[in-house]
Amino acid sequence: MSKRSSMAKSRQHVEDLNRPSVGHTLPRAPEPPPVSPRRRDFPMLAANPALFYLDSAATSQKPRAVLDAMRAYYEKDNANPHRGAYDLSARSTQKYLDARERVADFLGVVDTSTLIFTRGTTESLNLVATAWGRTNLSKGDEVVVTGMEHHANFVPWQQVAIEVGAKLRICPLTPDGRIDVDALRKLLGRKTRVVAFSHVSNALGTINPVADITQLVRDKASHAIVVVDGAQAAPHIRVRVDELGVDFYAFSGHKMLGPMGIGGLVGRRELLEAMPPYQTGGDMIEFVGDDKTTWNVVPHKFEAGTPNVADAVGLAAACDYLDAIGIDAVRAHELDLLTLITRKLGAIQGVKLYGPSDLNQRSGVVSFNVGDIHPHDLSTVLDQEGVCIRAGHHCAQPLMRRMNVPATARASVYVYNEAADVDALVRGVVRAKAMFAH
Amino acid sequence: MSNLEALYQEVILDHNRKPRNFREIANADRHVEGRNPLCGDQVTVWVKLDGDKVTDVSFKGVGCAVSKSSASIMTQTVKGKTVAETKQLFAKFHDMVTGKMTDAEREAMGSLAALGGVSKFPLRVKCASLAWHALKSALDGGGEVSTENEGPAQTQGA
Repeated sequence: MSKRSSMAKSRQHVEDLNRPSVGHTLPRAPEPPPVSPRRRDFPMLAANPALFYLDSAATSQKPRAVLDAMRAYYEKDNANPHRGAYDLSARSTQKYLDARERVADFLGVVDTSTLIFTRGTTESLNLVATAWGRTNLSKGDEVVVTGMEHHANFVPWQQVAIEVGAKLRICPLTPDGRIDVDALRKLLGRKTRVVAFSHVSNALGTINPVADITQLVRDKASHAIVVVDGAQAAPHIRVRVDELGVDFYAFSGHKMLGPMGIGGLVGRRELLEAMPPYQTGGDMIEFVGDDKTTWNVVPHKFEAGTPNVADAVGLAAACDYLDAIGIDAVRAHELDLLTLITRKLGAIQGVKLYGPSDLNQRSGVVSFNVGDIHPHDLSTVLDQEGVCIRAGHHCAQPLMRRMNVPATARASVYVYNEAADVDALVRGVVRAKAMFAH
Repeated sequence: MSNLEALYQEVILDHNRKPRNFREIANADRHVEGRNPLCGDQVTVWVKLDGDKVTDVSFKGVGCAVSKSSASIMTQTVKGKTVAETKQLFAKFHDMVTGKMTDAEREAMGSLAALGGVSKFPLRVKCASLAWHALKSALDGGGEVSTENEGPAQTQGA
């Protein structure tokens, strides 16, 4: 970090993309420009004006408000909740309850106690695949996933299917990277017990029509539960889980300005109550006998051990921060940047963009390749310019196989990104092209 | 020369564009597939032996410029060497890309010295050593290899 910020680089605009470059260097402004008010809210970005962070689909940077809330919790309210018969413990318990209510409200969940705090989307989806899947799936059943799933919504289903002898069916995609709904319709039937898909694709940014697909599942496969990976949706677009009509909705805190290590699972109450616990231990029990144990009520049944209060408090603060901007304004901002990136990258000869061309069906994620430059080489060149992008298979190897590419480069935006980040990306791509051209 | 220019020297770019010995060996004595789980890079190395001597070596696969050029230069370098000499060379090569060599020692590495720039990019050590690990495994009569544990710790976030 210090190496990058000490380099004289700026958040300037690129003047002429097609100007031939001399050697490997392109003109740069000598002084970093003033840091925008939004970036000032993020200590990492405020301290590093020459950092062009375009990897928010992997994890977001954290606003000071979130860091302050977590610090304040540890300095003023820290105790083990639920257990102590003293005021401080009661205060910690209240903080945890408040955080659950705050996050439920942010996601449009009325029945607050159906929101289970987990370590994140991966744990949430494993919880469903394990606790619901092992109990309810058996030989001959069918589990439907899609070809665009992150490994977190693919491997748990693949593994539980192997274990119980169920059949994993993978819904094909359209050539531009959307769920092929006609093909999905044909996959659904009496044997379908699970339909698991992402709200927004982490690799392509595709926004899937969750309510429509859920309705289709209800019509064609009435024995199936609908499980949605919301990791890339909750941070970026308006999500009202109750209105989507799904059975399970998973999300991560660290992608929505919150800390790492917290996320959640929203589940339909009757399913959660019928499911066995995922992990057992403290806090999740009602009564422990020598020979048997009864479980605490939802959500505690699924939250074994000391809860992660500080991170829940941080996530609640992240919800406050996002609501203060307004999630629709967040989306509008990202759509502006998405438009800019696709236009500027698309204008560079040899750049191939993946995903739906209708940007209204896309979140702020741009997957691309530059000629035959390997994304890893591209990201190394960009890294030298302070530009952080993801290169690789994006934990979506089934999707990469379907797109017939070994890897892509991926730039993704959030509230703190601006035109200067896009320009730095474009500058780096032009530089890489010059380096690898011949 | 900047670190970046040292990494992507003309000779590296040349081997990336026109990899040498980029073919299968039909009657190879051994072949081993290597994978870099982080980025999905994949390389298969074929070896033909005459007693203790590497008489032919080739590779195919998909990967970044660093992994491809490293594999290409490796095949040129080890042909005609004994198994023991090849393994010693890998040990030296590994020292070079992990920055454990003086400039003079690096210069003595001949055409392999072109990969010396990797030492300034710890994240790319596993790219540079992928084909070498596969070759070593082939010489040891082993199976598939992975560079998961090569270089600094990395995990695959979303």
